[in-house]
Amino acid sequence: MFASLMGWVDARFPATKMWEEHLSKYYAPKNFNFWYFFGSLAMLVLVLQIVTGIFLTMNYKPDAALAFASVEYIMRDVEWGWLIRYLHSTGASAFFIVIYLHMFRGLIYGSYKQPRELVWLFGMFLYMALMAEAFLGYLLPWGQMSFWGAQVIISLFGALPVVGESLALWIRGDFVVADATLNRFFAFHVIAVPLVILGLVVAHIIALHEVGSNNPDGVEIKKNKDKNGIPLDGIPFHPYYSVKDIVGVVVFLFIFSLILFYAPEFDGWFLEKDNFVPADALKTPEHIVPLWYFTPFYAILRAVPDKLMGVMAMGGAQGLLFLLPWLDRSPVKSIRYRGPYFRWALTLFIISFLALGYLGTQPATALYTNMARVFSIIYFAFFILMPFYTSIDKDKPVPERVTMK
Amino acid sequence: MRTLISALFIGLMSITSSQVMAASGGVHLDPVEIDLSDKASLQRGAKTFMNYCLSCHQASFMRYNRMAKDLGLTDAQVKENLMFASDKIGDTMTVAMRAEDAKKWFGVTPPDLSVISRARGTAWLNTYLRTFYLDEAKAMGTNNVVFKDVGMPHVLWQQQGYLSADAETGHLEHATKGELSTYDYNVMVADLVNFLAYIGEPSKIQRLELGKWVLLYLFLLFLVVYPMKKAFWKDIH
Repeated sequence: MFASLMGWVDARFPATKMWEEHLSKYYAPKNFNFWYFFGSLAMLVLVLQIVTGIFLTMNYKPDAALAFASVEYIMRDVEWGWLIRYLHSTGASAFFIVIYLHMFRGLIYGSYKQPRELVWLFGMFLYMALMAEAFLGYLLPWGQMSFWGAQVIISLFGALPVVGESLALWIRGDFVVADATLNRFFAFHVIAVPLVILGLVVAHIIALHEVGSNNPDGVEIKKNKDKNGIPLDGIPFHPYYSVKDIVGVVVFLFIFSLILFYAPEFDGWFLEKDNFVPADALKTPEHIVPLWYFTPFYAILRAVPDKLMGVMAMGGAQGLLFLLPWLDRSPVKSIRYRGPYFRWALTLFIISFLALGYLGTQPATALYTNMARVFSIIYFAFFILMPFYTSIDKDKPVPERVTMK
Repeated sequence: MRTLISALFIGLMSITSSQVMAASGGVHLDPVEIDLSDKASLQRGAKTFMNYCLSCHQASFMRYNRMAKDLGLTDAQVKENLMFASDKIGDTMTVAMRAEDAKKWFGVTPPDLSVISRARGTAWLNTYLRTFYLDEAKAMGTNNVVFKDVGMPHVLWQQQGYLSADAETGHLEHATKGELSTYDYNVMVADLVNFLAYIGEPSKIQRLELGKWVLLYLFLLFLVVYPMKKAFWKDIH
């Protein structure tokens, strides 16, 4: 019965073929470790954000006079509204935590390297789209930080020569962030950028499944196949990694729920205090801080004395990540077999990224600005010097087959 | 369980947090215990709030009947004892004073207090309400330690009495005695702040209640899915 039904469908739509290509006969290396949970977790959080987002739009009002109150209406008068809203706000930060860990995995195991350059590029475009999505969404509660955060970020476009001011005006649709801005940000947040994200996710996964997954040893499992053409070190994604990822999902949801139910503001890191004050164009908050996931780049922006140069440095800090597959000259992928230069460079880079993230949340005192400058230089040096230190590094021999450490 | 978890989080976050001091302009803030299950405290806080705050300030996102339910009061009790500014139990806590009049009288429209506890923090409110001091330079005759040049007068002067600040040390001393002892006044303010924390997020009561069941469910689910993974993977070496 089921077989004949599937036969009918398969004659018209490649359902079984897709199931096999992407799940039951997609051979993933058997040695995935902790770091390989975050891809599927990112998908989970994406679905969570879309579903909760749909329910939020049912009661949210994208109107400067009503937006703030409509969020509080959701928090109080809508059935389970508080849960939906906290799922969405906690989900936003969780998304970035998951994505940063996912990207870190790519860095340590060289997952961006040949033949996975396009997987990395699609991923980087996804990261950019996610940052845009988060920035747009943060305006919607129409609190003081929503307003002034948007004001500061949009004004950065004003630093561009000649077209800058008109461009900023065009983005806002008004001389300051106002109702028109809120309305268009809403449109972009709920439909335009999510469509881009979904398209890129499909591209990211198709590209990955075309070349196959990397692994903690950085060994290409397709080099060693059995007589049926199945990689010797590969196991079908389903059921092996579906049952494994479910464990990851449950553990993730446990930690996620701890924050959601017991500290949804996360002491001001996930929901800022000032955002409980309605937006007021006449009252600038003492200390405008973007949410934590933007702060490394915000610190780089502030570290540069000139505004235009700062904007370019911030753009460059993100742009260099795109070039990673071509900056890295080492034939070795995984950190396990990399030489000391890369290990040191990566360690310094991670320290700088975290330090910049912290400094971006703090007032720009002279000391902190100087520290941000030092860390910014290390951040850029990681990329700019990469072709040199990776080509002279003392890499170790890479095993023929994957190991089960 | 709940206290354990909150203790864990507060401990974790105090390592990274430096936002408390920044928000108060460097003034030391006195923390206050928030307990939304202490209905007596919330009811006392509600009474103070209705009598002294809700004549100039609104809490326009908070409904009377929601408060009745959460504080263990009947609608009739609320109508009789706590509703002075409105007559429908389903109404939100608004006041009749027009914003433009308020601006004329106080120099600023008194802010809506619905989410003030989340914007300012409870320690700030607790300190603010206890640190008004006499200052002849101000129109209202008083100033405040944590909110310099605030437009609001010392509304609770009858209870606390007036304080004066030592010109050199800034130390606050009683200039006139109030109806309440310092201890009783502190309790009154703590109850009020507890109530403000409640109206800041009334669904927090449900949130904390639901949280432990969700965590328990996920824990039990883990006990199922982890052995399942082990079983599937037993032949992979």
